[in-house]
Amino acid sequence: MEFFETLTTALEALKLNKMRTALAMLGIVIGIGAVIALVSLGQASQQTVQTQIQSLGSNMLTVSPGAQNSGGIRGASGGGTTLTNDDAKAIASSTQITTVAKVSPELSRRAQIIAGRNNENAQILGATPAYADVRKVTVSSGRFLSQQDVDGMQRVAVLGPTAISNLFPSGASPIGQSIRISNISFRVIGVTTSKGGTGFMNQDDIAIIPLTTAQKLVFGVNYLGSISIEAKSADVMNQARDQVGYFLLARHKITNPYQADFSIFSQEDILGAATQVTGTFTMLLSGIATISLLVGGIGIMNVMLITVIERTREIGLRKSLGARDRDVVSQFLAEAVILTVVGGFLGMIIGVGLSYIISSLMGLPFTLSLSAVILAIGVSGAIGIVFGLYPARKAARLSPIEALRFE
Amino acid sequence: MAGANATNYGRPIIQVSHLSKVYSNDSVETVALADVSFEVREGEFVAIMGPSGSGKSTLMHILGALDTPTSGTYVLDGKNVGQLSRDELAAIRNKNIGFVFQAYNLLPRTTALKNVMIPMAYARVPKTERLKRATALLDRVGLGDRIDHASNQLSGGQQQRVAIARAMAMNPSIILADEPTGNLATAQGEEIIAIFQDLNDQGHTIVMITHEPYIAEHAKRTVFIQDGRIVKDTDSHTSKRAFVQKEH
Repeated sequence: MEFFETLTTALEALKLNKMRTALAMLGIVIGIGAVIALVSLGQASQQTVQTQIQSLGSNMLTVSPGAQNSGGIRGASGGGTTLTNDDAKAIASSTQITTVAKVSPELSRRAQIIAGRNNENAQILGATPAYADVRKVTVSSGRFLSQQDVDGMQRVAVLGPTAISNLFPSGASPIGQSIRISNISFRVIGVTTSKGGTGFMNQDDIAIIPLTTAQKLVFGVNYLGSISIEAKSADVMNQARDQVGYFLLARHKITNPYQADFSIFSQEDILGAATQVTGTFTMLLSGIATISLLVGGIGIMNVMLITVIERTREIGLRKSLGARDRDVVSQFLAEAVILTVVGGFLGMIIGVGLSYIISSLMGLPFTLSLSAVILAIGVSGAIGIVFGLYPARKAARLSPIEALRFE
Repeated sequence: MAGANATNYGRPIIQVSHLSKVYSNDSVETVALADVSFEVREGEFVAIMGPSGSGKSTLMHILGALDTPTSGTYVLDGKNVGQLSRDELAAIRNKNIGFVFQAYNLLPRTTALKNVMIPMAYARVPKTERLKRATALLDRVGLGDRIDHASNQLSGGQQQRVAIARAMAMNPSIILADEPTGNLATAQGEEIIAIFQDLNDQGHTIVMITHEPYIAEHAKRTVFIQDGRIVKDTDSHTSKRAFVQKEH
């Protein structure tokens, strides 16, 4: 039979049993829909994480206090007290270090912030004016911290937009208002521009106060949480990392670099780690989606097998009228492929719609993964052929009279 | 035996020799055909009679290339059917033989016209030609006004006439009919037989299984089968009639 005619015959057969056709298709619709939606969402979150990390500054190095060994027990990385204000000052003023533009000593903890009847738990960051340069922070109203604020241990705070909306829900200007952090009164002097992000990644739920105030008044410590360093350009990142590293080793009188009491990360390191995490996540989601696709495919094979059994008499009849094996195979194969391709197309529409809805609900950018769409359509076509071929061949091999006698 | 049947008909078109068919089912062997040899010549109208389970349907299926014998040879129009490929067998079923079943075997929920066009689709006859031929054939069997009726909306007699039109679709030289009137009332059955008679008059070779002696009367020759063997073969109208009168 001619190709077009085979298609028409297959379509007519599918129309004759609408319910079965719909149910078989449903498996593929769900499978393909899940693949496209999950992969697109995974890629969207990957993209979000990347842009967030890049918005922190692309030529930034972070020095964290390293794990400390005390009596053979290795403490948690970043929990140490080995970085001091003097370290930061020395890095900034050293003549040996030629590749560093700005140095921002930081101390960050979480604490309760109270403003009138409202309160929230936010990140409290002790910083210097250099923070704004290194981390690319701008203010949307008011001003950022000044050197005078730091030197004078002023009780002033710059709040992130999320903190503002939590603490001052009325919408009145918060500049000049008073807030309390750990029972110490602060005056709001500025609001930062939104950097975006949600949940644990929120860079906008923050109160930035002078480093000196944070160390002495609020947290009562004299060490730093981290030192952010801006290299002069992205090209000298590795050089800057080496210079800062050897400088600090010398300052801390450590000869073996493997016993350093600090560690240095670049944005690239963090980006790499985050991309790996979200990449793994995307892979996991795709894996789950692939399984559902496989189940859908088995559903199709099931339906095709049942169809073959149900229509054994029809096959016998067609063979007795002169249908060759390949006529029978192509008819049933065409039915299976139509099922999967139409199902795949519907699944694609549903998957794209679903990822659009979910990404807008979760505040993620909507990305359509072209590779996922191509993969899904390719896979659904392949499923149709693979899972349709077996029942189709089975049908074709029957002798006409065996098929006709089938009850 | 073939020599004894030699009459004024044309060349032999069906030649079977020492044909047997054994069904094995869980160590139980059932012999459906045992060493059957005979010949049908072009233009003959042969009735095959015999009790149920005598093997006549099995013989018919082998003649129609729907089934294969356990042993023996079947030569159709000079071709040894046992040596043909699956595709060549399909082509024989398509072009050389028109098969009419007792149960009509039309595609349900499909129009009479489409049913008749099926064999032509497998032969890749052009669409317009198919339509023309199928319409003419349905007209010829008296269903010109019902070509767009779904097969299950037709009466038994009408369905069998569609089936005959379908068997004629590729204008085969041989028409095999397995009890074509078995499911029909006598009046309808007679109409069907008239069509076969008409086809035979036009030169088609017809082999037909029947239970009804009055139908066998239309045939020019009757072959009696019992327990898988040919027990009697008449090659002239008169001798067959004599046999029937003796039996009843």
